[in-house]
This record gives sequence, structure tokens and C-alpha cells, in this order.
Amino acid sequence: MMDDVILKVEAITKTFPGVKALDDVSFDIRRGEVHALVGENGAGKSTLMKALAGLHKPDSGQIVYQGVPTEVAGPLDARQKGILLIHQELSLSPELSVAENIYLGAWPTNRFGVLKKRELRRNASAALEALGCGFGPDVRVGTLSVAMQQMVEIARAEAFSANVVIFDEPTASLTDTEKDQLFHTIRGLKARGVGIVYISHKMDEIFDITDRITVLRDGQVQGTVETGETDLNHVTRMMIGRTLDSFFVKAKPEFGAEVLRVDGLSKHGHFRNVSFSVREGEVLGLYGLVGAGRSEVVETIFGVRKADDGKLFWKGSEIDLPTPRQSIDMGMALVPESRKEQGLVLMMGGRENTSLPHLRLFSELSLMNRTKELATFEKYRSALSIKTTGPDQAVSQLSGGNQQKFVLAKWLCADPKLIILDEPTRGIDVGSKSAIHKLIAELAEQGLAVIVISSEMPEVLGVSHRVLAMSEGAVVAAFEEGNMSEENLIDAVSHHQGEAAAA
Amino acid sequence: MSVVTDNRAGSPLSGLLRLLLRNHIWVFLALTVIVFSLSSPYFLTVNNIGNILTQGAFIGILAIGMTMVMIDGEIDLSVGAILALASALAIGLQDHMGVWPAVFLGLMSGAALGFLNGTLVALSGMHSFIVTLGGLIGIRGLVFVYSGENALMVPDFSYTEIPEIYLGPISLTAMLFFALAFFFQWVLSSTRHGRETYAVGDNIEAAHDAGINVKRHKIINFTICGTLAAVCGILLSMRLGTAEPNAGKIWELWTIIAVVLGGTRLQGGFGSMWMTIGGVLTLAVLRNGLRLLNTPNYVELMVMGGVLVLALVLDKLLNHKGDT
Repeated sequence: MMDDVILKVEAITKTFPGVKALDDVSFDIRRGEVHALVGENGAGKSTLMKALAGLHKPDSGQIVYQGVPTEVAGPLDARQKGILLIHQELSLSPELSVAENIYLGAWPTNRFGVLKKRELRRNASAALEALGCGFGPDVRVGTLSVAMQQMVEIARAEAFSANVVIFDEPTASLTDTEKDQLFHTIRGLKARGVGIVYISHKMDEIFDITDRITVLRDGQVQGTVETGETDLNHVTRMMIGRTLDSFFVKAKPEFGAEVLRVDGLSKHGHFRNVSFSVREGEVLGLYGLVGAGRSEVVETIFGVRKADDGKLFWKGSEIDLPTPRQSIDMGMALVPESRKEQGLVLMMGGRENTSLPHLRLFSELSLMNRTKELATFEKYRSALSIKTTGPDQAVSQLSGGNQQKFVLAKWLCADPKLIILDEPTRGIDVGSKSAIHKLIAELAEQGLAVIVISSEMPEVLGVSHRVLAMSEGAVVAAFEEGNMSEENLIDAVSHHQGEAAAA
Repeated sequence: MSVVTDNRAGSPLSGLLRLLLRNHIWVFLALTVIVFSLSSPYFLTVNNIGNILTQGAFIGILAIGMTMVMIDGEIDLSVGAILALASALAIGLQDHMGVWPAVFLGLMSGAALGFLNGTLVALSGMHSFIVTLGGLIGIRGLVFVYSGENALMVPDFSYTEIPEIYLGPISLTAMLFFALAFFFQWVLSSTRHGRETYAVGDNIEAAHDAGINVKRHKIINFTICGTLAAVCGILLSMRLGTAEPNAGKIWELWTIIAVVLGGTRLQGGFGSMWMTIGGVLTLAVLRNGLRLLNTPNYVELMVMGGVLVLALVLDKLLNHKGDT
């Protein structure tokens, strides 16, 4: 029964003004398989997924569900037919209970619209138990962790006896343990014959959990392959039309004077005795697992946090620990990890976002100099090849990669001497990643000192001249050209963790 | 990683404590009652309590509809004006068609205007603050056009005896308020419409994705709100025997204050009639108590303003400690 096709997409085309989002797309989902849908941002994954869930009506083509051509009228209709979409942004009401959320909009009621509370609770309990959730139906959803909230959505699969479940970037905000639990649940659904569509940017997950991979590029299917018969390089080439190796461009190692030196920086409970330096034209990588204290170190240098101990040297002379304002004025820039919360004003356009931290540069007597602002915007738009319709298109409408470029632009236009990038490519597509890596190299070649924090080993090795490995708040090893390799990094980090566990 | 705690589990005592924390307004109400009982001998008398309930019932009935609309994440600023129109129609039309048809038409005017508010909000995509601000001005204008700037007098004063039914010290108006509040609490907690109200206010995208007809839903709640404003207007006309064109002016603000004081969130998704009853009674006790103490009007306003801010600070401290 493994080859039993439950849902088939036949030649779907969907056009939005100016864009052909889906172009003659066909693929199928079998019972009991996990089918990956991969592609760069804008490749058409979301549009396809929304067409399946009835949020977009395709211009042509059809969906054949359980052998019958089917029109899906909307998300509720899809759910009742047994097709469940689990969004990245969870579709839950935090103030309602778990049971009420599982049956959101489809509560059991009598003829007069009065809730059958007992039935609701009983059915929800059954669904939760089938999944092995550790919480009951009466808990308020707002009090649950993200992973548990996700389980509430998955419980809908049980409650509505779903045949097809579509996951959109399900692990984006999960920890590793939570991810393992999610995969366990997905395998459980799979064992019961549910067809699963798995959309993700994370290739390791895709190779871990999926059976087949369909690659989309520019709204067209590039091909469907058996996961067991392919490799990362092949899939990546299908996605972007080039191989992995070309991602990483390292800046020429021509270093100037020391820009920043940190000596024995400590903060109780976060990190201790951190020392390093970075020179003009140099890219320094900070590698470590989440929680190793990397972000805390750079935030302390920048002045967002206070240090307990340690010295800072800026261009050779010792300075007091600065405030963020002083750091910016000195020529330091910190591009934070969560660009949506910390980096950008989403409702503003690219022009306003770019000038936001440096309004003084763009104003005279408090009046904004629009011409200067526009010129700067145009300069960075072309320099970073940012795709936007104009200076005032709200950045919320841009892809993750383009948003990240604006975050960079806004720090670059103050002409910094040192730029610190915290997870600069998290959650953005492969093509934009590559553009950002190239940009890092260019910046270094122009003489900037760059510190890159990353949890992705290939990235940190690919862009940096030197790499510091951090674990549990301490720098445990330093690598330079020659001994920089994945094995050495893993050794440094895991060896130290083994020690810490033994101690 | 986070540890789940079931909010509804635990010992009865901690459950009660949690209930109080989530419904801080009742603690606040108890405090005000104690303070006024100690400072005025007239406060804690059966007669005065009856008075408070009747006085509070008018804002209270408005607050019930407002709570429905506010849990939806919307607001209705036009309730004061709708009240005035319903009251003017209920009295003005009596000469032409008799008492009960006039009352019925008054009610219908409220329902129709509520429906109009809801439709405009749902279909235009404008914020309800703007739509009903327009309603507030426009409908008030309509009242002046209809009543010609003069108070309308009821032709037959037996009309004013209709609400003069008492259960002990509790007037019909107060009973009606509590009955409506209990009914709509039941609607909120036990019907599909009630769940929809929370879902829409809490996460409108999720509600829409779940197949809830958000537009129809909002129209229903605005209609409820308009109808209840008309109920309030008619009760007021019965109590006064006249319909003033300025009746209910800035009552929409007192209503919003009562609802917010109760703990219902302006941004929607959270609230209940229990909270609103608490807010309404607190407001009524404060007004009544301050008057018993012969507080000058402007001081009364200052105290009320201060109390509102204080109650909200208290709410913030008690309920949102963990929130960022």
C-alpha cells in the first residue's frame, strides 16, 4: 500500500499580478510518506501549500484527492475533508483552551449553537492521548510552550482524522529536544498512513525525516527524487542551479591594524574570561551551540549588557565599557539575531528603515533631508541587490533575505569600523544566504573588521579567517587557516561539553 | 523549554486566589465598599444599595454590549447617541402609535444602527473607532433633528410607572441588567457565538482560517451592542418621563471605563461579563460614595480618573508579570 497516492496536484498554475507563482506544477503525496517540498523563498512553496488548503484558488489545474477531483473552499473545508495545514505562525487563540483550539470554528454544538462541552472535552482528550501529549484539554493555550502549541495544531490531525498534513517550517522555533519529539510524532502519523508534506529550509531535517523530495524553483517543479537516492549537493543544485561549494567566498587575507581587543571579559552566569581581538579586513567567526554565550558576549561589547569584569581596547587604546550610543558613534555596529524584533520597523519602507539609527546624519535642525535619505537607499539597494518595489514598500512585504539586507544597509550607512553579525543568515533562503556571504567578504576587503556569530558550521568555516569555539560561556579553542575544519570544531565543542558533564 | 502548569488545577485555595487575581476588580470593589461603609453611615443601607444597583444598571446594560464588541477587539463609541435616539423615538412616537409600538420601534432603531455600525466595520475594513466616532456625531445630530433641540415629554405619565417594580430594594432596571449580564455570560462561555467572539478577538487570522465568518460575527456583536444601547435608552426614558436630546452624552466613555476597569482587554480576546459586572458596580459605588461624602463634582472626576489608572496598574501587576 506504500504507493497508494492520497493526493495529487495536477498541472496547477497560479498567477499574481506580475508574477507567475506556480507554473504547471504537478506532484503527488502517498499514504504514509513524508514528502519534502523545498525551494528558495519565492519559489512557490507557500502558494502551492495555500492552494492545497483552499486559501488560493488556482487559475488552472486541479487537485485530485482520494481519486476524486476536489475543490477546496477554504481552510475549514480542507480540514473537514482531511487536509490539515500547520502554519509556521501558529493558527491558535491563546486565550481559549486546548480543546476549544483543536476544534476552533468547528465546535460540537446543538441546533441552537449551544456548545456540547462534554463532547468537546472528551474528543479533544482522545486526540491528545493518541498523540501522547503531556497536557490536558482544559489548559489555556497561551500558557503552553511553542512546541506544545504546535502539538495542539497537530492534534487537529487526530480530531479531524486527517489524511494529509502539511507542515510549514515546523522546527523554526523549536529546541533540539522539541524537534526530536516532533519527528517522533510525525513518524507516528506516518505509520498510521497519513501523507505528510514537509516544507523546510533545513536540509539536515529533510534528509532525516523525509522519503521523497520535490524541488521547486521559480514556480516550477525541478523534479522529485527519493531521499535515499540523492544527496545535499544534488538537491541544492536543483534549488539554485549551482553547487554548495560556490556559496562561500572568503575575503583575501590582508589584515590591517587591530580594531578591537577584548581582555578577560566576564559576566557572571553568562560567560567568563573571554579574550580575543579582531583586525581590519579580518572576519572572525564565533562558533558554538545555542546557549554557549556568543550573543551575550557581543551584546556586552556593544553595551547592551553590563560586564562584571574585563577590559576593552578600541584601536589600541583602552576604553570604558560603552553604552550602545557610544558604540555606534565609535564605529561599531551590531546586527542582532532576531531582525523582526530588534532590527526593523516592519511597517516602514526600506528608505526609513535604512536611516533610522542615524537620523542625525540625515537631518538638519531636526528636519529630515529626504534627498540624502533616498540617495543612501538607492546606493544600498543596488550595492546589496535588494529586491523591493521602491523606497516606501513596507519591509514586512519583503522576503527574509531582503529584510536582512536592509538590516545590514542601515548599519553600513553609518560607515562602521567593526560590524558584528549575529546569525546573519538564519531563516533565509539559500540564494540570499549566498549573497550575504559574498557581502561579508566584500566588507572585509574594504577594510572592515567583521565578527560573525553562527551555529552553522559550514557557514562559520566558509566565511571566517579565524574561528573561536565557545561552549558554556567560555572560549574553548581557537582555529586559524590550516587547522580550521569541521572535525576540529566539533571536537572542541563536544569534548568540552563532555568534560563539563563529567565535572 | 517550559514547564506546563495547569491553571485550573491545584488546591481550592490557590484556585480561589488565582480566580481573584484574574478578577482583581472584585477585590477592588470590596475595598471601595469597605472604605465608604466606614466613612459614611448612609452608604451601607438597603435603600442606598438599591440605588447604586439602579444607577449602575444603565451604564451596566451599555457595558454588556460593549464587552461583546471589545472582546472582539473592536469598540463602539456610538452607544450614547443610540441611547438618546431610542429614548426620543420611544417617547416621541407614542402620540402616533401608542406606547408599545413606539418602544418596539425605539428598540429597532438601536438594532438597525448597531447593524449599520457592524456592516461598515466589517465591509469597509475601517477601524471601528472611526466608524462609530462618525456614528456618535451623526446619530446625535439625528436626535436633534428629530426632537428639535427640546426635551420630549411623555404624553401619559403611566409610562414612567412601568419600571417601578421592585424585588426588595432591587428595581426592575437592575434586575434586567443582571439578567442580561448572566445571559450574555452564558452566551460567551457556552455557545458557539461566544467561542467565536474570543477567537476573533484573540487571533483573527486563526479564526478566519478556522472557517469562522468573521464579518458576520462582528456584525452580530455590533447589533447586540446597538440593541442593548436602545434598551438602556428606553429604560432611561421610562425613568425620566422625558427624552432629552443630550441624554447619554459621554456615557460611551463611562461604559468603556467600566468595561476596562473590569479587566476586559482593549485589544480583544480576553474578558467576561463577571469582570464587566465588577467594573460597573465599582464605578457605581465610587460615584455614589463620593456623592454621599458631598465631594465636589470636579474632585469626583479626579478621583474617578485616578482610580481607573490605579485599577489598570493593579491589573498589569497582577496578571502580566510574566508577559513582555
